[in-house]
Amino acid sequence: MKTPVSWIREYVDLPTDLTTEALAAELTDLGLKLEAIEKPGDQITGPLVVGRVLTMDPEPQKNGKTINWCTVDVGDANGTGEPQGIVCGAHNFAPGDLVVVVLPGGVLPGGFAISARKTYGHVSAGMICSARELGLGEDHDGIIVLPQDAGKPGESAFGVLGLDEEVIEFEINPDRAYALSLRGVAREAALAYDAWYTDPTQRDVPPADDQGYPVVVEDPAGCPVFVARTVSGFDPAAPTPDWMVQRIQLAGMRPISLAVDVTNYVMLETGRPIHGYDADKLQGTVRVRRAREGERLTTLDGTDRALSTEDLVVTDDSGIIGLGGVMGGEATEMSATTTRVLVEAAHWDAVAMFRTGKRHKISSEAGKRNERGVDPTICEAAADRVVELLTTYGGGMAEPGVTVVGTPPEPTTITIEADLPARVTGMEIDPATTIRHLRAVGCEVAEDGTRLTATVPPWRPDLVDPFDLVEEVARVVGYGNVPSVLPTPGAGRGLTRAQRLRRRVGRTLAGAGCVEVVSFPFVGEAAFDQLGLPADDPLRHTVRLANPLSNEEPAYTTTLLPGLLKAAARNVGRGATGVALFETGTVAFPSDRGAAPIYGVDRRPTVEELAALLDALPAQPLHLAVVLAGERERAGWWGEGREAGWADAIAVVRRLAADLGVAVTVEADARMPWHPGRCARVLVDGTEIGRAGELHPKVCASFGLPKRSAAVELDLDALLARAVDVVPAPEFSTYPVAKEDVALVVDDSVRAADVEAALREGAGELLESLRLFDVYTGEQVGEGRTSLAFALRFRAPDRTLTEEETAAAREAAVARAAELTGAQQRA
Amino acid sequence: MSGPNTDYDPVEVTPLKPEEVESARDAALAAIAAATDLAELKQVRIDHTGDRSPLALANREIGALPPQARKEAGQRIGQARGAVAKALGERQAVLEVEHEERMLVEETVDVTLPTDRVPAGARHPLTTGAELIADIFVAMGWEVAEGPVIEAEWLNFDALNLGPDHPARTMQDTFWTDPQDNGVVLRTHTSPVQARTMLTRTPPIYVVCPGRVFRTDEYDATHSPMFHQVEGLAIDEGITMAHLKGTLDHFATAMFGEGITTRFRPSFFPFTEPSAEVDLLCFVCRGAGELDGARCRTCRGEGWIEWGGCGVVNPRVLTACGVDAERYTGFAFGMGIDRTLMFRHGVEDLRGFFEGDVRFTTAFGSEL
Ligand SMILES: [Zn+2]
Repeated sequence: MKTPVSWIREYVDLPTDLTTEALAAELTDLGLKLEAIEKPGDQITGPLVVGRVLTMDPEPQKNGKTINWCTVDVGDANGTGEPQGIVCGAHNFAPGDLVVVVLPGGVLPGGFAISARKTYGHVSAGMICSARELGLGEDHDGIIVLPQDAGKPGESAFGVLGLDEEVIEFEINPDRAYALSLRGVAREAALAYDAWYTDPTQRDVPPADDQGYPVVVEDPAGCPVFVARTVSGFDPAAPTPDWMVQRIQLAGMRPISLAVDVTNYVMLETGRPIHGYDADKLQGTVRVRRAREGERLTTLDGTDRALSTEDLVVTDDSGIIGLGGVMGGEATEMSATTTRVLVEAAHWDAVAMFRTGKRHKISSEAGKRNERGVDPTICEAAADRVVELLTTYGGGMAEPGVTVVGTPPEPTTITIEADLPARVTGMEIDPATTIRHLRAVGCEVAEDGTRLTATVPPWRPDLVDPFDLVEEVARVVGYGNVPSVLPTPGAGRGLTRAQRLRRRVGRTLAGAGCVEVVSFPFVGEAAFDQLGLPADDPLRHTVRLANPLSNEEPAYTTTLLPGLLKAAARNVGRGATGVALFETGTVAFPSDRGAAPIYGVDRRPTVEELAALLDALPAQPLHLAVVLAGERERAGWWGEGREAGWADAIAVVRRLAADLGVAVTVEADARMPWHPGRCARVLVDGTEIGRAGELHPKVCASFGLPKRSAAVELDLDALLARAVDVVPAPEFSTYPVAKEDVALVVDDSVRAADVEAALREGAGELLESLRLFDVYTGEQVGEGRTSLAFALRFRAPDRTLTEEETAAAREAAVARAAELTGAQQRA
Repeated sequence: MSGPNTDYDPVEVTPLKPEEVESARDAALAAIAAATDLAELKQVRIDHTGDRSPLALANREIGALPPQARKEAGQRIGQARGAVAKALGERQAVLEVEHEERMLVEETVDVTLPTDRVPAGARHPLTTGAELIADIFVAMGWEVAEGPVIEAEWLNFDALNLGPDHPARTMQDTFWTDPQDNGVVLRTHTSPVQARTMLTRTPPIYVVCPGRVFRTDEYDATHSPMFHQVEGLAIDEGITMAHLKGTLDHFATAMFGEGITTRFRPSFFPFTEPSAEVDLLCFVCRGAGELDGARCRTCRGEGWIEWGGCGVVNPRVLTACGVDAERYTGFAFGMGIDRTLMFRHGVEDLRGFFEGDVRFTTAFGSEL
């Protein structure tokens, strides 16, 4: 809402030396948020004066243009009193006209400095200005021609042009719709300065009668008040007075024609949207009702709209002529030939306005006010003001009839305990202050013991609840007076173990050289294709968005890999030779259990209702993904570098599991997007929680990643759920260790983990640890065979092992491995 | 054994003559002194104390002497050998020290060589920032609450006093899951976590809820369809706006330094009444709006930075979430984590957080 300060001052007696900045700050403190202060003349300096064109000689030029060599009376402003010679390219004026002249030494917006200069064979000492050159708009090509009574030659043109106006732009919150008018903003200014206020809607209006234009409201709930007045003999060519044009422009709207400008002006002034009809185009009684199935209307923006049975419409005998309160129809629109105007000032149901605006995607100045709630008691005053301005500036006369249908709704009353503002705000506010401030914002207040009953003013439909009154009192007392007091919650229990473990995940991965990324969870089929997922892969079953930002990514992702792989590729594209990234984030799997119910809000939903609500939500497990691409260890003076591979991915998983105190195992798997021979399924207690390994070469290629890039994706919730709450302390022996190495030859098809498990089983309790330290394939072991070398460490809890005991345990281990895996001890 | 005792004379055995013994001793001592390193000394030890050294050979001759001559010869040889052994030991110690010193010099490396075999990892500033904030509240005795990002419409809007026709519902441009009338949205704020907390716990409640939220904003330097919020909720008997102010002042001080506080401006949020915008005193210019004569970039010369929204929990919200609005009052606040970090660290472009460029992330280390 743009409010010219001079317009505010018209209704409120503000201190003359008050700066616009100070006023804006006070109003901000009351809840009108300052968006910007505009000073149109700010960018113009130097002599900008009124001039009268004395002579004007057209001089055709070689380039085909005609310029005018003018002499202009600028009074004494040029220091000599002699006419000023100026070359002007515009033609929309004549000798005798009053114009705006910037003299040498002046600077126009954009730093355009004016000096006397030689051009077209003359010395042009200044410039006759257009609106655009002065930063006053884009509309006019020609120069500004002032009205004859605008001023005397040589006078400053700042005031004439409104360049000395200052405009405060506020961002008006939805609850303060009354401030979408000068009436409302001025009222707040009066509140801020405890100043005398004149309500522009306080005017004597002619009484309603039955002589006015016939109006029938068939839906009084949707349109409680409908006021109609008629002006006839109106001159459609009459210009809008300059002051009105200026104010409308300063308020950020476009002047159009006198009739339209007057309705907009009165809306800005009072907050009440007005609709004007070309009365000669109306046929019969005007009616208000809801639209019927299948009805359509072409609104004055030229759009043909299918109407809903919830839309409020205005009709006459010809059919629908307007979308009530939102936008008029084309057929009865005021035009350049309109001489008889029907003025409609109606109060509309805010919810209906909101829904209709949303349904038809109409955002208008009128709609914005109607859907937030307008004072229902000012329809007659606003209509009368329109009639006054139309007849004053457009000739014609008000027809005698005054149509008023309906009455404004009863005012709201709210009862509070007088100490409620103090109790809620923590400020010391006594009941007398509460009463005074409530009255200051327009409430009538009745006292009854400790209780106050406030009758809410009609321009404040937002005041409904006791706490609404608290806010009113608090903002007048001033939010700056709220004391700063720390609350005293009981002793807390800190983070939950799950929360601490989640932090641990990030620290472990960062410690392993991985950098965390945060990507958007939006995904499309293309990403699944890039991952090489088969058509029936469950990951393709997504939670879809009804209104995605991009149709390419219309779903919430089921895997973190697309975002992560893209981030890795981005780093590689920017020159990284190796990149290790991780991300934790939720993915979503549809529940496919139908709609989530919408309950009322007058009570808590029951346990069953709440369960039904939560049940409809998608499953949203927290996932972890890691990508290791390119150089994992750098080359350096220490030797060669090393490229990331499948083992790095599994190592990250094992490291993480160790840090979380969870035992994980891996087994071979083959599933996209991983390399079918280099993919591990990660299990905890036999339950699959994710995969790790080298990416499929096609996937590396499709994302633009280095060959052999590796990746991990785990269900972190599942992993963390298995972290032991209280870890029991380990027991270990301090007797000497006995070390035994064994080399076992197995078929290539035998998994190292199986051999290891067999050795452990066979070695029995004396085995302390076991580690595979070498893998060999080659001639010495034969085709299709592999040698696995294990280091075994034996130790007893209570004694030093004898050589015999150690040898027996080792032999038992080897025997079990032979039995279960066919392993033969290497000679 | 020495060679045949050709000139056998019990008194005149050549190797045992005093001058021979002295000569052998002196030769040994000279060789010891001349040894320049441990290897040379080792050879000297073999040459002068080994089985074939003159003193060892002489010692062996003692047995051939008549008993009356043995004592004197034995003493003479013993003293000589003792002197040699002592000198050897001393020289050994000196040379060992010298050797170690030389080794340490020789083993000198260039410690400025790079050591970044495995490049450093880092956690994301949005993660560590959220943790920093959570920790400030945990230190006050609060707890951290969480909820899903894909949320029931009822919890995201209705329960928070944003009814279907509430104008504020259009202010928040919501991602709806398909079909829209399924009533499931990507949460537009972390407030549904507050609703969930009230629905499942009994007061007193003091929770802080950091998390990811979504709005249908086009992606640019200051807008993102996904960003992060932290909200706080306190429900207790006797809670007032003053407690809200105290909490936010403490938060501001903990996050931005001593003396950095907040101010309130009246505002509107459906879930709070009264509602306020929170401004943070600019921690760079400390409210002056300028720094070294130039306009402060952090607050754009305002002296204050818009930080978030807050207010007293609307009793309608308490009622919908099963809290006794007669007995309890509460306050709530919320702000953007991304935006807070942007002005705290001077991040110019919001997209830096989401691009995943490791150069951005690693600059913040793994803890804010
Ligand atoms: Zn600053």
